Amino acid sequence: MKRRHLLASAAAGLALAFAGAAQAQMDKVKACFVYVGPIGDGGWTYQHHQGALDVQKAFGDKVEIAWQESVPEGADAERVMTQMALSGCNIIFATSFGYMDAVNAVAAKFPNVKFEHATGFKREHPNVSTYNARFYEGRAVQGTIAGRMTKTNKIGYIASYPIPEVIMGINSYFLHARKVNPDVELSVVWAFTWFDPAKEADAARALIDQGVDVIASHTDSTAPLAEAAKTGGKVIGFGQASDMAEYKPTPRVSSIIDNWGPYYVKRVGALLDGTYEQADAWEGIAGGEVLIGEITEAVPPEVKAEAEAMRDAIAAGTYHPFTGPINKQDGTPWLAEGEVAPDGDLLGMDFYIEGIKGEIPR
Amino acid sequence: MLFGTIDPVTLVAALIVASVPILLAATGELVVEKAGVLNLGVEGMMITGAIGGFIIAVATGSPAMGFLGGAIAGALLSLIFAFLTQFLLTNQVATGLALTLFGLGLSSLLGQGYNGIKPPATHPLPFGPLADLPVLGPILFGHDLLVYLSVALVAGTAWVMGRTRLGLIIRAVGENHDAAHSLGYKVVRVRVLCILFGGAMAGLGGAYLSLVRVPQWTDGITAGAGWIALAIVVFASWRPWRVLLGAWLFGGISVLQLNLQAAGSAIPVEYLSMSPYLVTILVLVVMSSGRGRAAVNAPASLGQGFHASQ
Repeated sequence: MKRRHLLASAAAGLALAFAGAAQAQMDKVKACFVYVGPIGDGGWTYQHHQGALDVQKAFGDKVEIAWQESVPEGADAERVMTQMALSGCNIIFATSFGYMDAVNAVAAKFPNVKFEHATGFKREHPNVSTYNARFYEGRAVQGTIAGRMTKTNKIGYIASYPIPEVIMGINSYFLHARKVNPDVELSVVWAFTWFDPAKEADAARALIDQGVDVIASHTDSTAPLAEAAKTGGKVIGFGQASDMAEYKPTPRVSSIIDNWGPYYVKRVGALLDGTYEQADAWEGIAGGEVLIGEITEAVPPEVKAEAEAMRDAIAAGTYHPFTGPINKQDGTPWLAEGEVAPDGDLLGMDFYIEGIKGEIPR
Repeated sequence: MLFGTIDPVTLVAALIVASVPILLAATGELVVEKAGVLNLGVEGMMITGAIGGFIIAVATGSPAMGFLGGAIAGALLSLIFAFLTQFLLTNQVATGLALTLFGLGLSSLLGQGYNGIKPPATHPLPFGPLADLPVLGPILFGHDLLVYLSVALVAGTAWVMGRTRLGLIIRAVGENHDAAHSLGYKVVRVRVLCILFGGAMAGLGGAYLSLVRVPQWTDGITAGAGWIALAIVVFASWRPWRVLLGAWLFGGISVLQLNLQAAGSAIPVEYLSMSPYLVTILVLVVMSSGRGRAAVNAPASLGQGFHASQ
């Protein structure tokens, strides 16, 4: 036990010494990735892994990548990251919201290892950066399609956990569906999981049984699309996190694609050439982090054009999905006419906007 | 507005389908435990069956072959467990847990390249006009073969365990393996065969997940269904018909809570999400508080290794 302890601290010491000397420039970087699901989920984790592979491709021999899949949020994540830091990782990407406290706890112990936390907001130490993508921009495009395409005027959303990230998506989706179709009603089902294909399929089925005919999902697998496919074209949905092109042209009529590669390449590159700084990155469609997957022929051309115009306006910066007037669910005003939602409001979002029924679980 | 606008008929139809995988796996595990073996590898066998069945179904284009392949894949994996625990006398709890971990990894390896492929569709059995009957149609006549097969397997298991000589032998082996041995029964052989049956049933349940319920392959598709199957066996106090009840109760509440949410029920989501687990705990407590251990009905030799020299 003692010897192991000694070795561990020696390794940490060495890592410290090396990192200290190489602060300006590094010859070789070991980039490590912590995944919440399996790479084969076809969604969230798959896309992060594509980003990791992009890093390898961009830098070749100068970068070594390592990863661990299906790491539960909580104490296990802390152990995994500690192990990674001890084994010589220079930069660790923690790719789920629930790793937040673990990232900051481990970062305190390894000041020379860089930590990057996806979708979080806590940066308690100088070596912790956060990065996120403006998925709500993609939800605005989906909402537009949903509002135009629904025949029953009932649209659905399979939500994972009640965190700002998810609530933002629900609000944006509903807001833009209502904008083009004032009769639209939204049903939200909370699955309380990021990844459980059977449960996601059940949630989709429950929505379909309730008469919903457009389903957006905020969980990681393709199961909701598979369930929608069983209805023979009556119900449509969207690819989530990944393009999910195998369900084209219907039920998957479009998708939000997370494109982490450019950010990962930029950050690892900065570490290599010594320009790395703590950051709080939040790019969207304009920055290329959020891509809108092809809108298929199942969508009428005029709806497609409308959705693409929305996408282009967001990319050009001429339209912000949360532009007033918008009221909160209880009718109190949130944004005044023409006012654009400040990032702080979005990142802490804990309320539905006016028109959504039901309550957010606490 | 407590129950919103849920149609009980679609709900019952949905819960019957939703509970098939855990029902199959739990029925298999019941037989295994009745023979005195505790196999905690249900999750691993299920997911191996899920990918095994998926690969076969995609390769042959036939869902029926896929189900068969899933059952065989599950049985093959359980063979490892049988060899380790029955011949090398390893600890059953540890071996079962290892089997689960191994199955998860193995399925992930085998599943490389099968992401995003759609399996051949499994259709409901053609009952003709019966399927259009109001109420009874969707509940009784709207399902695929495996749904009926799973109920038939429960009935078959109940009959064999309760009414036949074979069932008596299995139970004797599970209650007191020394006595069974002294009567000349091949304890190890009976147990190995029961383990294989349990593996095949778990594999079949897994294949139902990947071929019908979800239908696609994704890593970790079972997401804990095997553990629920294990809990249902205890919940059912090792009685086949109660396994059916437990599976439907659990599947039913899981489906109901999602439907309640979709229908905009006034019950807070947190209570709905925890309800399946809460009810399971509640029933376990009620059942085991009744008439002591006899009511719980656990096989007396459960989890103990056997060797003729002992």
